[in-house]
Amino acid sequence: MKRWNVAGRMALLIAGIALLLTGCGGALDPEGSVAKDQLKLINLSFFIMLTVMVVVFGLFFYVIIRFRKRKGQTGYPKQIEGSHKLEIIWTAIPFLLIMVIAVTTVMMTFEQDKPADESKAIKVQVIGHQFWWEFYYPDYDIRTAQDLVLPTGSWVNAELTSSDVIHSFWIPQLAGKLDANPGLKRNLAFQTSDQVKVYLGKCAELCGDGHALMDFKTVVKSPEDFNAWVEKMKAPAPESTTAAEIAGQEIFSKTAQCLTCHAVTSDAPGKGPNLAGFASRETVGGFRPNNDEWLAKWIHNPEEVKPGATMPGFDFLTDQETDDLIAYLRTLK
Amino acid sequence: MAHAHAVKRYRGLMDWLTTVDHKKIGILYLIGGGFFFLVGGIEAILIRIQLAKPELSFLPAHTFNELITMHGTTMIFFAAMPLIFAFMNAVVPLQIGARDVAFPFVNALSYWLFLFGGIVLNISWFFSAVPAAGWTGYVPLSGPEYGTFGVNFYVMGLQVAGIGTLIGGINFLVTIINMRAPGMSFMRMPLFSWTAFLTSALILFAFPAITVGLVLLMFDRLFGANFFNIDLGGNVVLWQHLFWIFGHPEVYILILPAFGIISEVISTFSSKRLFGYSSMVFATVLIGFLGFMVWAHHMFTVGMGAVANALFAVATMLIAIPTGIKIFNWIFTMWGGHIRFTTASLFAMGFIPTFVMGGVTGVMLGAAPADYQFHDSYFVVAHFHYVIVGGLVLGLFAGAFYWWPKMFGRILNERMGIWTFVLFFTGFHLTFFIQHILGLQGMPRRVFTYMGGQGWDTSNLVSTIGAILMGLGTILFLVNAIITASKPKNAPADPWDGRTLEWAISSPPPEYNFKQLPLVRGLDALFVEKSEGHKAMTPAEPVGPIHMPSPSLIPIVFSVGLLIASLGFMYANQPFSNEFIASLFKNHVIAIAGLALTFGCMVVRSIKDDHGYHIEVEELEKEGVHQ
Repeated sequence: MKRWNVAGRMALLIAGIALLLTGCGGALDPEGSVAKDQLKLINLSFFIMLTVMVVVFGLFFYVIIRFRKRKGQTGYPKQIEGSHKLEIIWTAIPFLLIMVIAVTTVMMTFEQDKPADESKAIKVQVIGHQFWWEFYYPDYDIRTAQDLVLPTGSWVNAELTSSDVIHSFWIPQLAGKLDANPGLKRNLAFQTSDQVKVYLGKCAELCGDGHALMDFKTVVKSPEDFNAWVEKMKAPAPESTTAAEIAGQEIFSKTAQCLTCHAVTSDAPGKGPNLAGFASRETVGGFRPNNDEWLAKWIHNPEEVKPGATMPGFDFLTDQETDDLIAYLRTLK
Repeated sequence: MAHAHAVKRYRGLMDWLTTVDHKKIGILYLIGGGFFFLVGGIEAILIRIQLAKPELSFLPAHTFNELITMHGTTMIFFAAMPLIFAFMNAVVPLQIGARDVAFPFVNALSYWLFLFGGIVLNISWFFSAVPAAGWTGYVPLSGPEYGTFGVNFYVMGLQVAGIGTLIGGINFLVTIINMRAPGMSFMRMPLFSWTAFLTSALILFAFPAITVGLVLLMFDRLFGANFFNIDLGGNVVLWQHLFWIFGHPEVYILILPAFGIISEVISTFSSKRLFGYSSMVFATVLIGFLGFMVWAHHMFTVGMGAVANALFAVATMLIAIPTGIKIFNWIFTMWGGHIRFTTASLFAMGFIPTFVMGGVTGVMLGAAPADYQFHDSYFVVAHFHYVIVGGLVLGLFAGAFYWWPKMFGRILNERMGIWTFVLFFTGFHLTFFIQHILGLQGMPRRVFTYMGGQGWDTSNLVSTIGAILMGLGTILFLVNAIITASKPKNAPADPWDGRTLEWAISSPPPEYNFKQLPLVRGLDALFVEKSEGHKAMTPAEPVGPIHMPSPSLIPIVFSVGLLIASLGFMYANQPFSNEFIASLFKNHVIAIAGLALTFGCMVVRSIKDDHGYHIEVEELEKEGVHQ
């Protein structure tokens, strides 16, 4: 095969592999700028390493085929001590290849460590709990949970910490992760894209029984919709109007005593997730669809839906009481 | 200076419980490590069954977390490390032309401490209190507030076993420095003994770090200390530093011996000397040294800052260079050789491309911003299984098939061996290759289940099927070992046309290894003699009485004492239905009794004068004393 032919086929193969892996989701389908840069570094290191592998595999398979012992072969082959020239070659070339990756790595490490421009970035305090995510926007004094609402095309400074064990905050399509450590605060800077979209977020540090299910959503809205959301979240708690809603509110505050842990206005803290705007959230428990069926299951027995959940169960509620309670929760738009 | 005292020689079970003979201790390590390898393997199969399909409820979440914790801890500390010590024990003294290790008593003690450490960890299953904080045991999840009782078994089991490993490392360092046969300079030493030497140096410096970490955690959990309590000034990241300053050298402790085995096997089965011996030695030294400079690449996502991350990223990537040097030297050892395909050489050859794959994903992981995506995802799981299973375990299989005749006097069945290779190698790649993609797609690690519809389902199923194939390959190896044990013990001294000293003596060797210490005249000492037409090594001394160390029951009793003490401290504040038993634990009677037993052993050993015994010339002339 002529040399250029081989190179051309290699390039095609490489492009093919890269193309094949898009649409696979996660880090391979980045939409935020930070994740995009990280994929560039992944690709750079991968393709350099692939080249090394091709050379090594080529030599290896050649050698084991060409120099296998033939029938009737006797005596010993020539015993060779080594080759200074080869040692230099296979030290120098890998060193140069590593330097290429290293330079990009160092530059990107410093780049991505910088917080985003504070005058333009949305500031969010992220607090990891066993097994849910709390989000507080200090500029708006809004406290929420499980859905991280952000506008399109915006830089975000997420200040991460934990209230209990170590968690790790990861939105693969927007940026790599950063740990949420108890007793420490660390900043993760990332940027949303122009897409109005919901991204999957995951906890990425073993944190107990519910670790696998400690998902959250990043809800990216248009700037207008984001502002509307901020307004809505700051509005006072809605009125219960129907009989079911009124009955549900009674159950919420008196019978089940939900207010012990759950505030319904975004300005109040609590042991459990803030429920302002709950009806508009993507999920129940962070990972199940937000419909009445899952909501009922959750209220009756949170531990069964999400092992390790610290919320007690309320399966003593009758079906009617449950329906009323859900009707009330649906007023928290 | 023969002593007239009666020589206590045991037989049967007592022989094995009191032996201080490195060859027997090597077999004990093989059995102990092999047993825990099976335990860890069953744990792996259970894990993969649970993950075969989304939202399976084969295992509850907590049990799954227990299984991943035990799988990692058992495999690394109680399977991989003991199997490495098995070969170091069985081979190093023979390769350097010595009669045993420097401290045979301590050698036995290392073994029993490992075994009882493994027992402490694994009896957690029987107490229904299994650690579930991962093999890395991060605080606060492993701490007194959030950790379950099971973490105590982890903390105590690893400390007991850790002492064993540390003294084992010291033993081999002294042995290799002091006891090489006449003429064997360092640069004439076989590569496996070199890697045993460097591994021992890594052990010496790395194990104290984890011991410190475990002691701090033990004090937090059992004695009310606050090292990791943030409310009282503790820092959770401290645990990670202590753990990984050990943890990273630990993985080089795991792989360096495999590198040594590969060098031996490739050289022997190509009938060629190792290409670039001095470069290989130098590269291994560099890998060992750099291995201490990179620990925080496990902590890139902690938030240590750009300077730390950048420095550790570059240091990590640099290790690829000496590693690459080794790969090329192995390939060029085979170049121009007469390559024989046996099970041992198949495993060694399978190692090369597989380990390269693991190594290159290591470079990718070292690029810190890329690692922000990779970290704690299945990409990392794929990487470390490629280097540990595709590297170390393939190397251990190669070593097993290669040195089995020397250890047991029997050759393992080749046909079964080849099928073991095919099943295990195929299963391995099926299991772990696809996990690289899963990680990139966003699947975190240590998850007991996953939601469907994310495109992860088929990959997980394929991975589970691969695991089953690996299990079948392992079972076939076990069958092979059992069947071979019933065959006659008639392996030749040198079944593979070897180049190093262990092949100069019978299979298995006599109790004293060498009737006369050999004179080493160059690298590949036996091959040097063969090239000159000699059938045996030139002796370096006349025949004379050989001084042997006495067997002793103390090492096993010592270890039992630590087992009792561990349980005593762990259960000191636990409720018991029986009041008397409760008071025994609460007043630390059990714990003190255990410690007293151990210290009693130390006192007895220190006071009792035991000069060993001699094997006289008449016995030696009668074809020697066999096991």
